[in-house]
Amino acid sequence: MRVNVRVNGEQRQADDVWEGESLLFMLRERLGLPGSKNACEQGECGSCTVYLDNVPVCACLVAAGQAQDREVRTVEGLADGDALDPVQEAFVEAGAVQCGFCTPGLVVAAHDLLDRVPSPSDPEIREALAGNLCRCTGYEKILDAVRLAASRR
Amino acid sequence: MDFLRPETLAEALELKASRPDAVPIAGGTDVMVELNFDHRRPAALLDLTRIAELREWTDGLRVGSGVPYVRIIDELGSQLPGLAMAARTVGSPQIRNRGTVGGNLGAASPAGDTHPVLLASDAVIEVASVRGTRMIPAADFYLGVKRNALEPDELIVAVHLAPAKGPQQFSKVGTRNAMVIAVCSFAISLFPAENRVGAAVGSAAPTPRRAHEAEEFLASELDFSSPQPLLDSVKRRFGELVSEAASPIDDVRGSAAYRKHALAVMARRTLGWAWQELLSQKNGGGERTCA
Ligand SMILES: Cc1cc2nc3c(=O)[nH]c(=O)nc-3n(C[C@H](O)[C@H](O)[C@H](O)COP(=O)(O)OP(=O)(O)OC[C@H]3O[C@@H](n4cnc5c(N)ncnc54)[C@H](O)[C@@H]3O)c2cc1C
Ligand code: FES
Ligand code: FES
Repeated sequence: MRVNVRVNGEQRQADDVWEGESLLFMLRERLGLPGSKNACEQGECGSCTVYLDNVPVCACLVAAGQAQDREVRTVEGLADGDALDPVQEAFVEAGAVQCGFCTPGLVVAAHDLLDRVPSPSDPEIREALAGNLCRCTGYEKILDAVRLAASRR
Repeated sequence: MDFLRPETLAEALELKASRPDAVPIAGGTDVMVELNFDHRRPAALLDLTRIAELREWTDGLRVGSGVPYVRIIDELGSQLPGLAMAARTVGSPQIRNRGTVGGNLGAASPAGDTHPVLLASDAVIEVASVRGTRMIPAADFYLGVKRNALEPDELIVAVHLAPAKGPQQFSKVGTRNAMVIAVCSFAISLFPAENRVGAAVGSAAPTPRRAHEAEEFLASELDFSSPQPLLDSVKRRFGELVSEAASPIDDVRGSAAYRKHALAVMARRTLGWAWQELLSQKNGGGERTCA
């Protein structure tokens, strides 16, 4: 089937989409956006987190066809040209990135948190990131990054 | 595979009647896992997310089956505190942004978090087909492990449950605070004006189920019109009766014996919290006690 969807502000069209395929697969394999990562395909790790109509969701759990006529924003759509989003900058500066596999999902989840709660408490940060797993950092530097990004808003 | 995309409920019911093999998909948090892992290859998917009627609620309350958990938590928490508490424990923010009560009912897993609350608060499930509408009390909805009372041409339209008439509590045991399937769970609703209590267990029997004897015991022991502090013996007996209502199994998440024990503890504690809330409402204050 064909899916028409706005992705990162651009109207896109994907062809030959299998009806049972996920939004994540469509983004990565058909629309050339490999930023969102595939680590579990079962909603457990959050590496595939994208905005769907401004709400963060696991792209692996959305059927591609459900995105028809909707608006998707991936990690690739956060930076403004070459200028990183403040959340991305904070992740780099705080050393919150090791292998980087979890990073795109965490950046989107943190970006959403700071949009909703500009100065989150530590429990609020932990709760907001509870759906994102990282097997490298031990999370401390990730919390530092979110606090840093919040302090700069 | 076909991807069916109805815009209205009427259209969806027509499609489901002509294609009973079409699998409904709402938040997709159960369905997509099965598709991604090739556990299921349905002939068609019936996308329900474009149907506005399923995503709203009306006073009373009639909550559309497709209202995501996040909205129940943020917007219905004061009217439906028990359901909101259960919703808060589901998965992660991403899962709660997408997952729905309709999907929880459709999956009918014994471990689904909303089930004990729906049972304890006398919810009625509205299901529909082109043949008409059926109102199914939650207690008649769960038929077996992952089996519910839906006919092949029916869809879950809404859940009817009155705004809380008294304190409600929900409790769940898992290995951590986020992203856990319940080892076991428990919900309690007090109906002070009716001298009645609803109590139900989850993840501790082939289906979620009410703890009838425990409910009747409390109804006979408790004085709702002039509530006094709870006796330990009442809390203990209530816990025992709740535990007896369960018929859990040993599985990877926990042993049957542990589940029975944990249910008694949760029942005691949640009763304590709910009763304390009632006491402070009636007496305008009062300390919170431990279980
Ligand atoms: C990572 C992860 C964590 C989870 N954690 C929890 C948890 O803590 N607690 C919990 O209870 N669940 C949990 N779940 C399971 C799932 O999120 C819930 O069962 C959720 O309520 C399903 O809702 P949905 O809208 O996503 O359902 P879908 O996946 O869209 O559908 C689920 C089932 O219901 C059917 N269905 C959906 N809507 C209707 C309808 N209107 N009429 C008829 N049939 C319908 C579908 O055909 C399917 O069989 C988790 C899932 C994941 C992936
Ligand atoms: S790949 Fe989607 S949550 Fe892990
Ligand atoms: S940096 Fe490697 S998984 Fe998080």
